[in-house]
Amino acid sequence: MTIQMPAPDQTVLARRSEIVAALARIVPGEGVVSDEPSLRAFESDGLTAYAQLPMVAVLPETVSQVAAILRYCSDNGIKVVPRGSGTSLSGGALPLADGVLLGMGRFNKVLRIDYADRIAVVQPGVTNLAITRAVEGEGFYYAPDPSSQIACSIGGNVAENAGGVHCLKYGLTTNNVLGVELVLIDGTVLRLGGEALEPAGLDLLGVVVGSEGLLGVVTEVTVRILSKPATARALLMGFPDAKSAGNAVAAVIGAGIVPAGMEMMDRPAIHAAEAFVHAGYPLDVGALLIVEVDGPEAECDHLAEVIGAIGRENGAGLVRASTSEAERMAFWAGRKAAFPAVGRISPDYYCMDGTIPRRQLAHVLARIEQLGDECGLKVANVFHAGDGNLHPLILYDRDKPGELDAAEEFGNAILRLCVEVGGVLTGEHGVGIEKRDLMGEMFTETDLEQQQRVGRAFDPQALLNPGKVFPMLHRCAEMGRVHVHNGQTRFPELPRF
Amino acid sequence: MEALRPTSVEDLCAIVAESREPLEIRGGGTKALVGAPNAARVLDMRGLAGVIDYDPAELVITLRAGTPLRKVTELLAANGQHLPFEPWDHAPLFSKPAGEATIGGVIAAGVAGPRRVTAGGARDHLLGLTAVTGRGEVLVAGARVVKNVTGYDVPKLFAGSWGRLGAMAELTLKVLPAPRETATLAIAGLGPRAAQAAMAAALGSPHGVCSAAHLPQTFDRAGPHTLLRFAGFAPSVTARCAGLEATLAAHGALIRLPEDYADRLWAEITVPVPLDGPVLWRLALPPSEAPALAERFEADGARWFMDWGGGLLWLEWEDEAGMDPAEVRAVAEVARGHAMLLRAPEALRRSVPAQHSRLAALMALEGRVRAAFDPAGVFETGRWLDV
Ligand SMILES: Cc1cc2nc3c(=O)[nH]c(=O)nc-3n(C[C@H](O)[C@H](O)[C@H](O)COP(=O)(O)OP(=O)(O)OC[C@H]3O[C@@H](n4cnc5c(N)ncnc54)[C@H](O)[C@@H]3O)c2cc1C
Repeated sequence: MTIQMPAPDQTVLARRSEIVAALARIVPGEGVVSDEPSLRAFESDGLTAYAQLPMVAVLPETVSQVAAILRYCSDNGIKVVPRGSGTSLSGGALPLADGVLLGMGRFNKVLRIDYADRIAVVQPGVTNLAITRAVEGEGFYYAPDPSSQIACSIGGNVAENAGGVHCLKYGLTTNNVLGVELVLIDGTVLRLGGEALEPAGLDLLGVVVGSEGLLGVVTEVTVRILSKPATARALLMGFPDAKSAGNAVAAVIGAGIVPAGMEMMDRPAIHAAEAFVHAGYPLDVGALLIVEVDGPEAECDHLAEVIGAIGRENGAGLVRASTSEAERMAFWAGRKAAFPAVGRISPDYYCMDGTIPRRQLAHVLARIEQLGDECGLKVANVFHAGDGNLHPLILYDRDKPGELDAAEEFGNAILRLCVEVGGVLTGEHGVGIEKRDLMGEMFTETDLEQQQRVGRAFDPQALLNPGKVFPMLHRCAEMGRVHVHNGQTRFPELPRF
Repeated sequence: MEALRPTSVEDLCAIVAESREPLEIRGGGTKALVGAPNAARVLDMRGLAGVIDYDPAELVITLRAGTPLRKVTELLAANGQHLPFEPWDHAPLFSKPAGEATIGGVIAAGVAGPRRVTAGGARDHLLGLTAVTGRGEVLVAGARVVKNVTGYDVPKLFAGSWGRLGAMAELTLKVLPAPRETATLAIAGLGPRAAQAAMAAALGSPHGVCSAAHLPQTFDRAGPHTLLRFAGFAPSVTARCAGLEATLAAHGALIRLPEDYADRLWAEITVPVPLDGPVLWRLALPPSEAPALAERFEADGARWFMDWGGGLLWLEWEDEAGMDPAEVRAVAEVARGHAMLLRAPEALRRSVPAQHSRLAALMALEGRVRAAFDPAGVFETGRWLDV
């Protein structure tokens, strides 16, 4: 466990009972959780290697409670960690020992659906899938579909700018959210965006989406809903290796096609998925592509034919188009279950999330394999091939001494590689604590300082979710220029928290 | 005063760092007549032009901000691609010839055309940038790949910022394959309410309409026309047209317009030259609010048309006096929308802010965010009458 969190503020901890009492006055009844067994429920998120009990958890039900909690914390210099469903894979919702955990789960109502204007107004604790469930009777759906969609909250999606397998065509969360209600740390309640397609002034909504809970607490979300396409068809194509599959992906785009989804799996991922869900995947291929097209039936027929031909031209031995909804779902079943499938073949796995220019795919996969050999760890790759978002799953066993550290080191090496070839640290899972200390690989000191200055405009004391996203020295150096190079700080004698 | 014209990012940095007076960042100057007149020194970005990296298969293009928009669209078209948000050149709205708009200018002004309703806007296509902030520092934000959530999405702030945060030197934009075919179906004779309902039904149908606009008789003398556009591969466009005809049967008969005629109409919807009076407003609204507003303003002498299925209402007054701007804005606000004064005589622009004001707490936050980039106000020219 190499990632350190800020040292707890002892003066805050000493006031714990007073703080618990103050919160209980704001949220009466069951809304304040302070006993250790109950706090265990919040100690981790989807980055399960890390756990920390919060000082106290509070579960408000109304916007005025949220505002009062934040104002109290702001006045008293207390840190706050917002939490939705706790599925973050980057440790974004990891509690702080001296922080209030603000659970948004009770904000679970769909407030308004307007089919004529194609929007839904929901509370942040509503799950991603529940939005689709609320509108599907009228033939609508909410497009971003993270694999965690049964569990993750729309508030968490906004904070992480979550994606899904359909985001090449339909966009990430940021492209599907029209407005939010946001409570600032000082208790100010604001509306950013709304029902119109663009704001009157600065696009603050744009920077709040993906801000990982550092800028404010989202208490309401207005999303766009779309009419469900008439048909969807998936193609399953098996290639001898990742390179030929990658060429096919480029050729599909070159042919002017933007598929609804385009996913790639490598051999270890295919084998794990097939053993788990028996999707009917071929086991003798080096790479599998699942390409989905949607729209009127005539369009799907036409595109399936063109894409199948492109696959064959690029060396696909197997090309199968789904002929029924059941078969389409079966093609997806393996891909959608790839993470748990890998979880069956290894005691632990660590999911990475870099994005690369697609033309670098073959090179990057070869380097990952080589890096894995060097540290003695195996890796299975699933890849949002359409947009270059790579999910290497590093297999390790945390009960074996040193393996967690080795897995983290391997993960960091993969992410450095992604940046080196022109890509980024995270395509959809967020920086959280996980990639925090790698931010310097992508951004200069100036860039990071500027981002944090934007943060200060919302949260001057940096009380919201501190220790996340930005390398810790940055947060503590109060915007001064502290250059950290190879672990060496300019003023090593100064204390930093 | 002579314009400053940097030709490199270093130049730009030096100019901004040394500037003792406000600077107005300018591309082709096609939107220079938006907002209050001001005396700021012009920072001409056209010396920073040209494509830096474009590999069509990656669906991104990186280029210098002063590159003419026309060059960008031509290059993309030559590779079968396009900017799906349909950015356009404002020059004709100010009686100037088109061709001067730069890509940096259209991104900074958040310019988007009819397809914005389904394809997203400038903000949705700006993936990364290099800019020089008011601090005179080079800032790199976002990235050069389509999918990225590393750090705050600072590019979103720059899109539509009208140059108030910094001068963008380089941009990375998401591009997509251009549709192979387009088709436009029209319903004739509808009033604003029926037209908006038809557009809502079309956009809410599974038939994949990409744009929807309504032109009343005052705009298009051929009579009121509700236009619904499709884009895609030929078999798809044919199927979508047939599907929509069935879905909209209750709204009226759909006729397929000849492509060249339809193209001309969409060009006028994009750059509304026919609304040629002195006062031109642009209202962003919840779509279903548009008809009532159109009727209300028409009664007060406005000409209008709807784009984005009603989400965008263009208004024009032939008469210099137009209508009381405060009244226009009050009506827009009641409808949960906002109104931009895009074109107006100088006297009006001196007293009426081009942008619709926001609530005080939001304005204050915007001010703090701007100050984070430009604490000394190098890029505060007085154009927006809000500080
Ligand atoms: C099996 C699995 C599969 C996944 N697949 C995908 C995928 O395909 N695509 C993808 O993008 N992600 C995926 N994820 C990651 C995760 O589900 C998303 O990041 C999701 O958006 C997190 O939502 P949440 O409600 O669980 O948020 P949490 O984990 O509770 O919180 C995430 C972050 O959001 C902040 N936050 C939460 N609610 C609010 C609020 N109301 N206001 C302000 N800040 C808030 C938190 O502080 C934290 O920083 C997956 C996770 C798992 C476990």
